Amino acid sequence: MSTYILCFVLFLVGLYGVITRRNLIKIAISLSIMEFSVFLILVLIGYVDDGKAPIVNLQATDAVYVDPLPQAMVLTAIVIGLATTAMLMAISIRLYRKYKTFDIREIKNLRG
Amino acid sequence: MEGMSNIVKQVAKILTGIIFIYGIYIIVHGHLTPGGGFAGGVILAGAFILLILAYGSSALSLKKEVAGSSNTESIAILLVVILALMALLLGVKVFFSNFLPKGTAGELVSAGVIPLYNIFIGIEVAGAILTIFLALVIFKEESSQ
Amino acid sequence: MEQTISIILGFMIIGALFAIHARDLLSAVVAMGIVGYGLVICFLLLKAPDLAIVQIVVETITLVIMVAVVLDSTREEVRKRADVRTVIHQLVGFITFAGLLYFFLAAIRELDPLGVHSLRMSASYVDGAVDKTGSVNLVTGVLFDFRAYDTLGEAVILYTAALGSLTLLRMKGTK
Repeated sequence: MSTYILCFVLFLVGLYGVITRRNLIKIAISLSIMEFSVFLILVLIGYVDDGKAPIVNLQATDAVYVDPLPQAMVLTAIVIGLATTAMLMAISIRLYRKYKTFDIREIKNLRG
Repeated sequence: MEGMSNIVKQVAKILTGIIFIYGIYIIVHGHLTPGGGFAGGVILAGAFILLILAYGSSALSLKKEVAGSSNTESIAILLVVILALMALLLGVKVFFSNFLPKGTAGELVSAGVIPLYNIFIGIEVAGAILTIFLALVIFKEESSQ
Repeated sequence: MEQTISIILGFMIIGALFAIHARDLLSAVVAMGIVGYGLVICFLLLKAPDLAIVQIVVETITLVIMVAVVLDSTREEVRKRADVRTVIHQLVGFITFAGLLYFFLAAIRELDPLGVHSLRMSASYVDGAVDKTGSVNLVTGVLFDFRAYDTLGEAVILYTAALGSLTLLRMKGTK
């Protein structure tokens, strides 16, 4: 049970970063940390003690395998996380060229 | 963006070939060993990114590169949709069904239409990540002039 | 297994706290690498080799993109000095997080401990999956045969992200 609680603490650390930081790059980093904690808790739920990796060995017919369904969901989610982070980086480099700062309070005040 | 020193260029030339072959191996053996379309696709994109970082963007013609990668990814995802629609005509007439013969499990040519999906999704993922990276490189080139 | 993953999670939390509080942006980006690569070790310990391959390459590509964006700017974060309003905000934040943690502890009371998983929902996917799909790799069989719509949706999301980046980062107008 302690691993689940630590995963949730990592999620709260990321949430704290999204809410309190003013720098766009720090907000993007915190969003990525939140996503990583969710991946870990999904794979942790599907783990079976003394299970094997989910590649079926056709000779051994009574082996126990780790649950493959959360792994398939997390595989899709990792690539989507990359797409989200890349688009956030494109937006932030565009904002830096125009306003010369990464600070979101200053960008909000300058109505350019 | 200039390239790196000469040693880095020669080593990157050799390593990119090895990483490219490894990515194709992971894609094609996706139904037998760990890997599959997504893992092989990002490895292929990593090989190309290594080459671009070592040689610098002044050694490429960037407009042709980004046109090539975005055309490749568009054709690959179109082929995935066409392959899924072909299942409407053959076998069990359901969208996205597995209509080719399944063969014996454990061979390279088996599992119906899954190896074809692996190959096309792998090409699409590699093209998309390469397009994102090249868009950033073009932006930095044009805004620093 | 539980102790090992708890220790690695402890390192990840320390790395995440440092990444949020670092003053230099390049240090923050490198500290995010601790969280990403620690996740790779956790995936390998939890018998998920597919995910480990994807996560290690995706983390490297993300770090390269972030360093390319950060190196181009002044790498400092502007600080404000702490005053009374900031302390009150942080106190309210910690009380809210304690409340969220209490509700989370109440929610996971029904979960089995780590390692005892009964495979209720995926029993119908795993039994006879080798005969129904023909592939020996169970994750690929689930992703491309039973759940192929999700794979198509994810390919479309990547395609949209690539086109969106090309549109956002266009400097010269079209002639």
